[in-house]
Amino acid sequence: MQVTLKILRFDPGKNAKPEWHTYQVEAEPTDRVLDLLHKVKWEQDGTLAFRRSCGHGICGSDAMLINGRNRLACKTLVKDLGSVITVEPIRGLPVEKDLVVDMEPFFAAYRAVKPYLINEEPPPARERLQSPEERERYDQGTKCILCASCTTSCPVFWVNGTYLGPAAIVQAHRFLFDSRDRGKRERFKALGSASGVWRCRTAYNCTEACPREIPVTQLIEEVKRAILFDRF
Amino acid sequence: MAHRHEVIVVGAGGAGLATALYAAREGADVAVVTKLYPTRSHTGAAQGGIGAALGNVEEDHWEWHMFDTVKGGDYLTDQDAAEVFAKEVIEAVLELEHMGLPFDRLPNGRIAQRRFGGHTKDWGKAPVHRAAHAADRTGHMILQTLYQQCVKHNITFYNEFHVTDVILEDGVAKGLVALELATGELHLFQAKAIVIASGGFGRIYKVTSNAYTLTGDLQAILYRKGLPLEDMEFYQFHPTGLYPLGILLTEGARGEGGILRNALGERFMERYAPTIKDLAPRDMVARAMYLEVREGRGVGPKKDHVLLDLTHLPPEVIEKKLPDITEFSRIYLGVDPLKEPVPVMPTAHYAMGGIPTTLWGQVIRDEKNTVVPGLYAAGEAACVSLHGANRLGTNSLGDLVVFGRRAGIHAARFAKDADYHELTEAHLGESRERIERLKRSTGKEKVARLRAELQQSMMDHASVFRTGELLAKQVEILKELMERYQHISLDDKGDAYNTELVEALELGYLLEVSEALVHSALNRTESRGAHAREDYPERDDQNWLKHTLAYKVADGKVAFRYKPVVLGRFEPKARTY
Repeated sequence: MQVTLKILRFDPGKNAKPEWHTYQVEAEPTDRVLDLLHKVKWEQDGTLAFRRSCGHGICGSDAMLINGRNRLACKTLVKDLGSVITVEPIRGLPVEKDLVVDMEPFFAAYRAVKPYLINEEPPPARERLQSPEERERYDQGTKCILCASCTTSCPVFWVNGTYLGPAAIVQAHRFLFDSRDRGKRERFKALGSASGVWRCRTAYNCTEACPREIPVTQLIEEVKRAILFDRF
Repeated sequence: MAHRHEVIVVGAGGAGLATALYAAREGADVAVVTKLYPTRSHTGAAQGGIGAALGNVEEDHWEWHMFDTVKGGDYLTDQDAAEVFAKEVIEAVLELEHMGLPFDRLPNGRIAQRRFGGHTKDWGKAPVHRAAHAADRTGHMILQTLYQQCVKHNITFYNEFHVTDVILEDGVAKGLVALELATGELHLFQAKAIVIASGGFGRIYKVTSNAYTLTGDLQAILYRKGLPLEDMEFYQFHPTGLYPLGILLTEGARGEGGILRNALGERFMERYAPTIKDLAPRDMVARAMYLEVREGRGVGPKKDHVLLDLTHLPPEVIEKKLPDITEFSRIYLGVDPLKEPVPVMPTAHYAMGGIPTTLWGQVIRDEKNTVVPGLYAAGEAACVSLHGANRLGTNSLGDLVVFGRRAGIHAARFAKDADYHELTEAHLGESRERIERLKRSTGKEKVARLRAELQQSMMDHASVFRTGELLAKQVEILKELMERYQHISLDDKGDAYNTELVEALELGYLLEVSEALVHSALNRTESRGAHAREDYPERDDQNWLKHTLAYKVADGKVAFRYKPVVLGRFEPKARTY
C-alpha cells in the first residue's frame, strides 16, 4: 500500500522553526513505523535523523508522537494507523534535530529519585529472601524501559519542565514497594517536594502512552498515598 | 576536546556496566563511552535467564555447569575459562540480587530457576533448572540494575559518542578517539586502561535478533590495526527467531515446555536429540530446523519455516513467565501463542568469536598470549574463550557479569601503577580523514544498498550450513563490496546528529568483521559447533582442536595463526544429546 508520511523536521543549522515534510512510501500493512522512517532515510533523504536501536520495543530509543499519540515507532504497525501517518518528536524536551530530542532533563529527573536499591545492611551469604507476593508488589515498575513516552505526554510536564514526571515516579515506586529497600526517607525528599508527585493531576495521559502497559497513574497514586500515610 | 580518565570503558551494555562498576569499586576514576544512551544497549533484549548452579529448585553443581558449557562448545571451550565461569557465576548472580535485581521467586523466597538448552544434570542425563530469571526480561533487568548501580557510584558517561579509533603505539593502548553525535566533534580520550565492551555484530546478516547498532565497531578497528580476531567462524543462529523478522523468542519458551513442530505436526527434535529433544544446544536445533525445511517439511506457503507450539501450556505460564514474547508474537504477527503455534526460523544471534583475551580480560596479540598493555575486552566483543564453538543459552549474561567484573578489577589495578601517555591533536588525524573523505565523496554508491547486499550475501553463503564453494564465492563478494565502499557518498554533509555518517562508518566495520568471519570459515575444514561445513561434516580433533587467530593483511587477504585449546577436566568426546 501507498502511505503518505508527514514528518515534522527541524535542522538547527538551517531552520528557524520546525516544518512538515511529506513523503510517499510503499509499505506493507505489517510494516512498523520505524520501517517507514528507514525507507525515507535509506531511499529518499539520508539527512533524516531519529533514534532507534533494538527495533522491537525493549530499548526505549524511538518514542515519537505518531498520529497524535506517543508511541514507539518500532512497536506501531501501519495497519493500525491507516494510509496517512504523521510523526513528530515527543513534546516537552528540546528538539535537537528532526525527531531527536535532548534526553538529559529526563534522565536528570530519573537520577533525582535515587533509582537504585538502598539497603546498607550487610547482605546474607546467599540471596535476600523475597516471597513471590512481595516480588509481585513492584513488578509493574520493573517493566519500564525509560522511553519517556509517559513523561512527554504529561500536560503538567509540558507546562513545568521541573516536574519529575511519571517515569521517574514509576522508578521510585519500583524501589519504594520492594521489600528489600530501605530508602524511602531519602526518596520522599524529592518525591514530596514542589516538583514531586503532588504536581500530578491524574490526566491519565501517561497510562495511555506507556508502550509497556504499565498502569502509570495508579503507581503515581500509590506513591502519593505512601507519602501521605508513610506506610505500605 | 580532550578528556582523561584512568579507566575508560567502551560500551554500556551488561559487560561495559559491570566492568565500570567493579573498576569504580576498586577506586579507579572510570568513564563509559557509549554510542547509545545507557539502558538502550542490547543486553536489554536478553530474555530467558542467567545460568548458575544455585541448586534452588533441584540438585546442581558448578562442575555440571562447567561440563555442559564445554560440551555445548563442542570442546573448543577453554576449560580454565569454563571453570572460573561456572564457579564465579554463582557469586555473580547473588551479587546481582544484592544490588536489587528483581529475580522471580520460589515459594520459599529463593531465586526461581528454569530449564534451558544444553543445561543438564548428572553429566547430560536430563535437563536441569539452572537459569535464574525475571520473567522473560532477565537481560532488561540486568541492564537496568547495573545502570542503577552506576548512577549510585556517580560514574561518568559520554552518551552517543561513537569510538572511531583506538590509539595503539609501541604495542601499548594509549587512548581513544570518538565522534560526538550531537555536534560532529571529534574528542580525544586519554586513559591508562581501556576496556572494549561494545557487543557483537549480528547486522552482518539479513535476519538477526540483534539491534541495528550491533555492527562490530571495535572488533573491526582493532582488526584493521593488526590485532587478531579469534574464532570468528563460530557464529550462533538462535533457533527461534520470530518468522520472518528474526526477533528473538527465548529458549525459555522451550524450557517451560514449548515444542518445535514441522508441517506434519511432528516433534522433530526427537529424531535429532532423543534425550533432551527441544532443549538441545542451539547449533543442533538450528540445523535440525534447516534440515526439516530442506526436506520439504517446512510450514507456510513457501514451506520455509517451522512452528513453536506453546498451546498445550497452561495460559498462566505463558502470560506470567513469557509475557514479552507473547506480546511480540501478537503485535508483529497477529498470532496468539495461547491459541496457535508461532512461526519461527533461526536468526543470527551471537558471536562466539571476537577479541582474544586472558581470563582477566587482557587483550592478547598472538598464540603465545602476549598481552597488549592497557587494553582489555569483555562480553560478546571478547573471546575468552568460554563459549568455544557454540554458546549455551544464558551463558552470555553470565559471561558479561563474570568477565566484566574481572576486566574491571584488573583494569583498575593496572591503572593504579600506570601513567598516562602523551596524546596530541595529531591523533585525531586518521579519524578526521576517514570522516571527511566520506562527507566529501561524490561517489555513486549508497550505504543502505551496499549493506543490504552484504546482509543478503552473508545469509546465503555463510550462515547455518556452509560449503567451501559458497564461502569462496563470499570472499570475492566481500572484496567487491569493500571496493565499492570506497565510492559511498552521503546526503547529509552536516555535523549535528549525522546518523547517515554513522551508518556509513558502521558499514565499514561490518565489512571488516564479515571478512574475518568468512576467511576463518573457509579456512577451517571441519564441522564443529556452530560451524557446519557440508563438505567437511565431521569434527576433526586431530587437526582442528585449536583456536583460529585471524590477522588482516590487506583487504581480502587474511593470515592465520592458531592457539591451543586449554583442556583439562574433560577429554573431547562425541557430542550427542
